[in-house]
Amino acid sequence: MKTVSTLLDPEWHERYKRISRLNIRSSIYDVTNRCNLRCKGCFFFSSDEHKKSPDEMDIAKWDAFVKREKERGVNLAILIGGEPTLYLDRIESFYKQLHTFCASNGLIKVPRERFPDMIVGISLWGDEEDEKTLRGKDTFSISRRNYDGDKYAYYLYTITPRQMGKIEHIIKKIRDIGLKVQMQILSNDENVDGFSWTTKELSDLRQEMDEVFEKYPDTVISSKYYHEVLTTGTMLNRKFGWMECPSVTRPLDKRSPQPKRLIEFIRWAADLKTMHRCCTSETRDCSTCKDGAAHMSWVMVNKRAHMQSAKDLKNWIEVYEMFAKLYQFIPW
Amino acid sequence: MAADKKIILRVAEILINELKLEDVTPETFDPDTDLIDELGIDSMDLTAVVLVLQDEYNITINEEDYPKLSKIRLIAEYIENKLKEK
Ligand code: SF4
Ligand code: SF4
Repeated sequence: MKTVSTLLDPEWHERYKRISRLNIRSSIYDVTNRCNLRCKGCFFFSSDEHKKSPDEMDIAKWDAFVKREKERGVNLAILIGGEPTLYLDRIESFYKQLHTFCASNGLIKVPRERFPDMIVGISLWGDEEDEKTLRGKDTFSISRRNYDGDKYAYYLYTITPRQMGKIEHIIKKIRDIGLKVQMQILSNDENVDGFSWTTKELSDLRQEMDEVFEKYPDTVISSKYYHEVLTTGTMLNRKFGWMECPSVTRPLDKRSPQPKRLIEFIRWAADLKTMHRCCTSETRDCSTCKDGAAHMSWVMVNKRAHMQSAKDLKNWIEVYEMFAKLYQFIPW
Repeated sequence: MAADKKIILRVAEILINELKLEDVTPETFDPDTDLIDELGIDSMDLTAVVLVLQDEYNITINEEDYPKLSKIRLIAEYIENKLKEK
């Protein structure tokens, strides 16, 4: 029988043990339906999810809701939106009670005196030119000023086909202000011209991601296996898609057979009652979905499938470590 | 407390069947193998096993007790205790 210690040497076994009992249980929360940007290709607005339910305005209800979420076993709150920083008191409801990650476009700086160690993931869609095309504004320059040297912030860099060959340039700018970066891929939900991927581009992208990861290991939080799974949509000869996705809201998950999935995962709307189908928009085609978190989670929930060889298990460990670092369950 | 050998073998068999473990039989399965650190079992795997154990022994296993169920021997002892409480 294959066991962890027969597959791994003591050093890797220690790495495995460091993460094997973390038991991370995340859920995702839309903090608001409002945003101070309107990016082309934003899944939230392109799918009209923002119109599905109104924001809950009573802060006492947010406090009570977070308490219930904690009781439900959630130990990682992932805040998205809309733009969460428009409602700091709602963020605080989470931060007071749960390990909290807050996504932001970086235009408003999270006040560190109020949220000293909250992890902030700043969205970035490319260089100055692409940001202007897709987001109407060069948010990169603003967020760099806001978060220069911040120990608990990192960039969530969504790579578009136009970024090919230019990734290193962005990574260097991030390194220069002392931040970390996670790379993701644009799914192009709105079919913006010139922003859809070809197979060849994805394969070139994988190589480029590998290169910057090797060259900037202190800045890029990643793993080559993550690059492989994300760009090919394949893991252990299985294809990513609806029947494999781990990030489907539990009470809405009627799939049969049930795939390995995130335990009790729910994505809540800002009315604190409505549930969305998954971590991204319901209108997205699962067969072309490139959601980075869903791909990472896909690897993570399939641990035993990665116990066929030492190489597979090491790949699994690296992806889990990547996730645990990004949400600061282990240090960078 | 020494767990009943019969329960140990049955728990091993359930684990093998539910998790489709290869190259092991209930007899060769070391009851002191750590299921998380060594076999890579996660809470979803454990939930599948727990459902079978609950049906088979007609007991209730609370989720808060999962961390205690980290070895076959400990699972068997846990079941025995539950049976005695009845
Ligand atoms: S900043 Fe985020 S939420 Fe706002 S429009 Fe852009 S992608 Fe959507
Ligand atoms: S769109 Fe992506 S994240 Fe959502 S269910 Fe489909 S595959 Fe999963």
